[in-house]
Amino acid sequence: MNQNTNIFNKMMSMDRRWVFLLLIIVCVAAYFAPFSIPILIEPEVERVYNFVDTLAPGSIVFLAIDYDPASLAELHPMTYVLLEQCFRRNIRVICTALHPNGPSMAENAFLEVVDSCKVDKTYHGKQFMGREVVNGIDYCFLGYKPYPALVILGMGTNFRLPFPADYYGRPIDSIPMMKGIQNYDQVACVVNISGTSGTEYWISYGQGRFGFPLALGVTGVMGAEYYPYLNSGQIFGYMAGMLGAAQYEKLAENDGKAVVAMKVQLFAHFLIIFFIIIGNIGFFMDKFSKKREGR
Amino acid sequence: MKKTTLIIMAGVTVLFLLSWIIKALALEGMQEDYIKKAFLVTFSAFLTLSILSFLYRDNPFYKFAEHLFVGVSAAFWMSMGFWSTIVGNLIPRLSQNLSVFFKVHYIPGDFNFRFYIPVILGLLLLMRLSRNYGWISRWSLAFIVGTTAGLNFIRYLRSDFIKQISATFVPLLVDWQGTGHFFSNLDLSASGQLVMMLANWTIFLGVMSGIIYFFFSKEHTGMFGRASRFGIWVLMITFGASFGYTVMGRISLLVGRITFLFRDWLGFNI
Repeated sequence: MNQNTNIFNKMMSMDRRWVFLLLIIVCVAAYFAPFSIPILIEPEVERVYNFVDTLAPGSIVFLAIDYDPASLAELHPMTYVLLEQCFRRNIRVICTALHPNGPSMAENAFLEVVDSCKVDKTYHGKQFMGREVVNGIDYCFLGYKPYPALVILGMGTNFRLPFPADYYGRPIDSIPMMKGIQNYDQVACVVNISGTSGTEYWISYGQGRFGFPLALGVTGVMGAEYYPYLNSGQIFGYMAGMLGAAQYEKLAENDGKAVVAMKVQLFAHFLIIFFIIIGNIGFFMDKFSKKREGR
Repeated sequence: MKKTTLIIMAGVTVLFLLSWIIKALALEGMQEDYIKKAFLVTFSAFLTLSILSFLYRDNPFYKFAEHLFVGVSAAFWMSMGFWSTIVGNLIPRLSQNLSVFFKVHYIPGDFNFRFYIPVILGLLLLMRLSRNYGWISRWSLAFIVGTTAGLNFIRYLRSDFIKQISATFVPLLVDWQGTGHFFSNLDLSASGQLVMMLANWTIFLGVMSGIIYFFFSKEHTGMFGRASRFGIWVLMITFGASFGYTVMGRISLLVGRITFLFRDWLGFNI
């Protein structure tokens, strides 16, 4: 066995812990480095932003938060920026969480965005005065119920069927915002931010049955899976993973965690591609050496 | 227990207590329940590091965090199911006294005998715990499986079958979605005729070759074999796209944890 073969063997059998360690070092270094990267906007993300941005004040956006803390890093930025866009523009929000861990995610997002809306801010050259966003007037959080398919179908008849009371136990009819609101007919669009297969229920049982405009925000892992629904027109907009969240933040001129995370993504991807190339060189050279030695 | 293990455990305990105290001092005056908050942040950091420690090798800290996660998740899901469905939906429609007991709003006039059906089916499901009468739980299971199959049949047929097939019926050489007549708009913009046409051809060839790859009633030789070979390339590109998104997803999770550790726990102002 020659020296080259030894090097390639070593490349092939490198302890995976070195890869993890290097990846963590690169991610931490990139996280602290003071620079930003350009983010290109894709049409499917822009369509969600434009749809919400052109809604008349007082319209209702239905936000389905179906994720747990495991997907928080990717999906929370989407929820934050979308909620802030709605509240700044006086668009009302009805929210459900059809994942058992979803209510705490939704509540956390509402608390933080309500706080953020108290401060004056300027987006796209337009100043938005800080205001008190009130639970029951500006938004209604219905909470969690199991079996997403049945809940989605039930809400198509009346929100009160699966949710006689909101997450905080108040009867729906006693909530000012819900007066005269029966079902999806009064909702401008549904945005499902999801880290679960619940998204499929929203597409088929929700959009398929009731025909409302549906947009999705999903985790990176689910990213490639739902593009066909965009092509078929079953969803009108789509945000996939941290990139989708960063694009929405850029569109809203409300840079947050997703934009910061994209610079980490860049260097982490470079490192992973580097390791893939090294691994492939090692694999092919090792194969070539063995062939040359007649083994 | 080995001496080294004991020393490591003692060291981690000391570090945990130190971190709790320092965090509590940092939060003092900023939050009311700062001792509790400091404990929760420190404990979260400990669990994060315990899970990440598996990257080095399996260890008792990882096992503790893993078992805690599984146990808490199971208990939380059960609790959510009970309070949101049985207490939240069923009791307000069944009994005023029970509604008062559970402090939920009673819905007068909404009583209907059909609400007892899920109660009965739910109780039958619990018969699974009995060795002699466990078979009765199959009635409930049969109801669940039958209902789900019936609902899913329609759902898949409509949204994942008919609509998806319809979406692949795209014109290959003609005007599409108002982009102009053939050869009238051959610029390279995303909405231009040329790009649209290429996209349509990609969809057409990708779908056809993908189907051919999974068609096993004819030997994959000659033209059919070449189409099948192209089909596997299409599948590999699709899996590659999924893999790329998955990498992005995993890095995002790491970024989330880094943000938590450095900003929320260690207090770096980023």
